[in-house]
Amino acid sequence: MADIRQKVIEIIAEQAVLEPSDVKMDSTLEDLGIDSLGLVESIFAIEEAFDIQVPFNANEPEESDFDISNVAAIVAGVEKLVAEQKA
Amino acid sequence: MKRVVITGAGTINALGHDVPETLEAMREGRCGIAELDVRDADRLLVNIGAQVKGFSSEGLFNRQQMALYDRFTQFALVAAREAIAQSGLSFAGELAHKTGAILGNSGGGMTTIDENYRSVYEEGKNRVHPFVVPKLMNNAAASHVSMEFNLKGPTFTVSSACASSNHAMAQAFQMVRTGMSPVMVTGGSESMLCFGGVKAWEGMRVMSKSGCRPFSANRNGMVQGEGAGVFVFEDYDHARARGAEILAEVAGFAMSSDATDIVMPSKQGAARAISGALRDARLNPEDVQYINAHGTGTAANDKTESAAVADVFGRHADTVMLSSTKSMHGHLIGGTGAVELLACIMALRDGVVAPTINYEEPDPECALDVVPNEAREATVDVALSNAFAFGGLNAVLALKRV
Repeated sequence: MADIRQKVIEIIAEQAVLEPSDVKMDSTLEDLGIDSLGLVESIFAIEEAFDIQVPFNANEPEESDFDISNVAAIVAGVEKLVAEQKA
Repeated sequence: MKRVVITGAGTINALGHDVPETLEAMREGRCGIAELDVRDADRLLVNIGAQVKGFSSEGLFNRQQMALYDRFTQFALVAAREAIAQSGLSFAGELAHKTGAILGNSGGGMTTIDENYRSVYEEGKNRVHPFVVPKLMNNAAASHVSMEFNLKGPTFTVSSACASSNHAMAQAFQMVRTGMSPVMVTGGSESMLCFGGVKAWEGMRVMSKSGCRPFSANRNGMVQGEGAGVFVFEDYDHARARGAEILAEVAGFAMSSDATDIVMPSKQGAARAISGALRDARLNPEDVQYINAHGTGTAANDKTESAAVADVFGRHADTVMLSSTKSMHGHLIGGTGAVELLACIMALRDGVVAPTINYEEPDPECALDVVPNEAREATVDVALSNAFAFGGLNAVLALKRV
């Protein structure tokens, strides 16, 4: 699980052009300066890194079955998807 | 400055294989969106689209032509045949030298690209058909239209994504208006509904998996369509002199660039194009009864477009009808403005305003009269057609009843 968190943070940090240490679990994407295009790119990178399918539609981010409200939520979402994929 | 009128119209799209079928579907609020029938559809996440059904090139083109025409070229030719037949024009001598074809297109011959990438990458073949390049090039449709009808004047393709057709028609309009050409053939075509085309769009995460619901609060993205729309734009005096039937007048246009973001639309850019088209046509907001919206059904476009219309029209925004026919024929990308111009012609000529179908829930951010679900009878003297493309490129046309 720590690996997943670390990898997600690395992906987000790269998108935000920050050091991974600057990405906090309670940071929002807005705090990190990631816009809608950056978000779609981050989700793509996450899907590629974990070989998962993230249910995300840019038209209705709040209603997608994937919480992007902050880094912790994204990590939790990815952990869940990775666990489901293994199940 | 010459007055410019439309003396021929042709189309093929998910709603019909010609103009009468398409207008009937628009009047009835019929939806052309259905499950996609493409190779490897099981590997797609987006499984719906507005495909042209029941289309066969057999009988329309000979064997040699079929080997040269990608689907987007075939669509353009079918639409051009209908438009030019309606105009009653034939092109010889000086008229042929001055008349050209300016068509919008975004993806080029996507079916050709898709099939041949498959062949070399997936099947490992090291040889492709000799006509791959002349089939896939974006200007293939315009060139074949010019060849079939002997159009020897200015002929080229305009590519500005979802605004391609409107930019193309604006350019053709300008050529007739300034007296450079008495007649121009213009419009656009697109055919991206193949595996690679849909897969590329999936990546953007703006496609709906359930349907196209422009301006409705529960909209969740765009749905792709395919097809073509082609028109004959003609100098009014030239058309009158030969007793041609006039469908509508093209009164003005404007183009603008947002110069801000490669995909997110800008209210200011859209508003500048709308108000610019009115100014160019010497019209005031209160003169306009109908706007064919860009109305893609994405969260971003529909609220930005509504805000832009509200800004330009001010207190008249409540009296103008704004409908998105993409809810029926899908988003034809580089061909979309051309098919949508048909809805403007229907409003001006027949007094029938095409509806925005699939409208289910009002959205306070799109609080205009979107002609929900059912076509409406109304007297329309002036109509606008909006197109706002990825890349921040906007083009709006203004049409008048004749």
